[in-house]
Amino acid sequence: MEGFMYPNEVELQWSVLIVLYPFLTGLVAGAFILASLERVFRVEEVKPTYRLALLTALAFLIVAPMPLQLHLGHPERSLEMYLTPHRASAMAMFGFVYMWYLMAVLLLEIWLDYRRDIVLMAQASTGAKRLLYKLLSLGSDNISEGALRVDDRAGWIITLIGIPSAFMLHGYVGFIFGSVKANPWWSTPLMPVVFLFSAMVSGIALVLLMYMVTSLLRRAPIDMRCLDTIAKYLFYTFVIDFTMEMLDLIHRIYEADESFRSLDFMVHTRLFLSQIVLQIFVGTLAPLALLALTQLMKFPEIVRKRMYAVAATLTIIGIFAMRWNVVIGGQLFSKSFLGYTTYKLEFITREGLLPAIVLMILPFFILYVLIKVLPPWHGENTGATPAETD
Amino acid sequence: MNLTRRQVLLLLPAAAAAWEFVKAGTPDQAPNYNMDEHWWGMLLDITKCIGCGSCVRACATENDVPDGYFRTWVEQYHREDWHIEAPVVSSPDGGKNGFPPGKVAGGKNFFVPKMCNHCVDSPCTQVCPVGATYHTADGVVLVDYEYCLGCRYCIQACPYGCRFFHPTKHTADKCTLCYHRISKGLTTACCENCPTGARQLADLKNPKDPIHEFLKTHTVQVLKPHLATGSKMFYNGLDGSVR
Repeated sequence: MEGFMYPNEVELQWSVLIVLYPFLTGLVAGAFILASLERVFRVEEVKPTYRLALLTALAFLIVAPMPLQLHLGHPERSLEMYLTPHRASAMAMFGFVYMWYLMAVLLLEIWLDYRRDIVLMAQASTGAKRLLYKLLSLGSDNISEGALRVDDRAGWIITLIGIPSAFMLHGYVGFIFGSVKANPWWSTPLMPVVFLFSAMVSGIALVLLMYMVTSLLRRAPIDMRCLDTIAKYLFYTFVIDFTMEMLDLIHRIYEADESFRSLDFMVHTRLFLSQIVLQIFVGTLAPLALLALTQLMKFPEIVRKRMYAVAATLTIIGIFAMRWNVVIGGQLFSKSFLGYTTYKLEFITREGLLPAIVLMILPFFILYVLIKVLPPWHGENTGATPAETD
Repeated sequence: MNLTRRQVLLLLPAAAAAWEFVKAGTPDQAPNYNMDEHWWGMLLDITKCIGCGSCVRACATENDVPDGYFRTWVEQYHREDWHIEAPVVSSPDGGKNGFPPGKVAGGKNFFVPKMCNHCVDSPCTQVCPVGATYHTADGVVLVDYEYCLGCRYCIQACPYGCRFFHPTKHTADKCTLCYHRISKGLTTACCENCPTGARQLADLKNPKDPIHEFLKTHTVQVLKPHLATGSKMFYNGLDGSVR
């Protein structure tokens, strides 16, 4: 501790688990928005990643509330948020946004898109596997052309609803922080916008990486047209995100209100590594430069692949650092603006590094299972021809 | 037992003194309390606070506040001349054991008692996802410990640092304005134990409460007025350097 903190402020309230939560929901929202590009805006180039993006979004969405649950003082009471929500609370309303997104958008869209494959797989398999696919089909086994047309239409409408829902999902996470007027590090109307664009950036980067890794593992050729298009979208979204963040920064520096001296000191000391080095230089300027180069110059395929992989990895590190700087950074200074505390990350405790690592690995494990059950690659393991409905 | 007139005359003053003592320790019964007739706040007079820490100790004892956490605390301020934006502040163990003698000569030195501001537009109640922290009809902000999830959003939302996460209840906790006392006609533990009268519980709905005269005749301020929380902790003699 340095300077003066109000006596109750010495203890940090929101740990690394709360850093994970906006990071995970951000990946969900970003992955979904990328998937919807193909579905709604007919960006044919990104088609190979459509289903993978949806399954990635689902895997991360399932894990997203887990860090919150682990963090609660009384996790057994968490359902009260749904049963007796306080309507003035951004956090309570977020619960409904989450449920809406999970149940009404993501699960429904995946089901509609896979329904034909599920029915075909149920027909082609036996035993427990057959039972699983029968259950997944929810008894809807009509795959006539007319029925598939209805699926396609319904899927399109759901994606259309899903885009603002995905925007809301992550915009709302930003609002949870941005609406805390007691905390000048958080309190800005730009927070939901910055969160949303950084979510898109991280989600797109993740899908790009997942596509490259899964292709490598499957020894399948990478569709460069697809990769170039995703990289292009990553670059554009990143430029908007970076502009918003810089706008916020410049505004703070120029306005220099009562909190500025305190926050400025914090950025130059306790947050120097995570904010200046990791978030801005390593996680933003470096990947932006790499992506800009690929837009400006013609590189051979292999070089582009490597540049994209490096840029996407750095991007994800940078966005994680951004979440860290928002959540942890917002608690390192006193609301009296007269002092600073430190965050000690523990290892094997309920809110320590180990559960955080497990929660980061868990979505990949879930994604592995999802890919096994619902292969996103067309015509594989199903004995079916490529679905024409998606 | 036969008592002589002489014995009765001797016993009466003793009995009167004992009755006063009984009355002081026996609060009015809660059923007599009508919430709608009260609107609680407090007057904190910085010119009277001597930083003895009696209020902090009394609060901790009365409310079983765990060590290292504070429902009320006292801050020691020192500011040099015109450096109104850079005061030197300390609050060792929340001022529970008082403060060591000042070593800094010159400047302005004073103590500021702090506690929950029982705001009318409280940011903490606004953000609670289940409404476990709420306003009572008589203007007190309370926490329902049987209902609080322990998400700690309210702790983040309080601009004054008045809330903490209770280490054994695993819920948010804060000053209750000694609701168990004030609803029985007593004052708060901190007010009761302040040797200089720097803290005065105020019933803003009671026209006879001396707070009204005080507010009319003194320069009174609330903490962080720019945040528009509707604080009901009125500070007399509040220096501009206080955060």
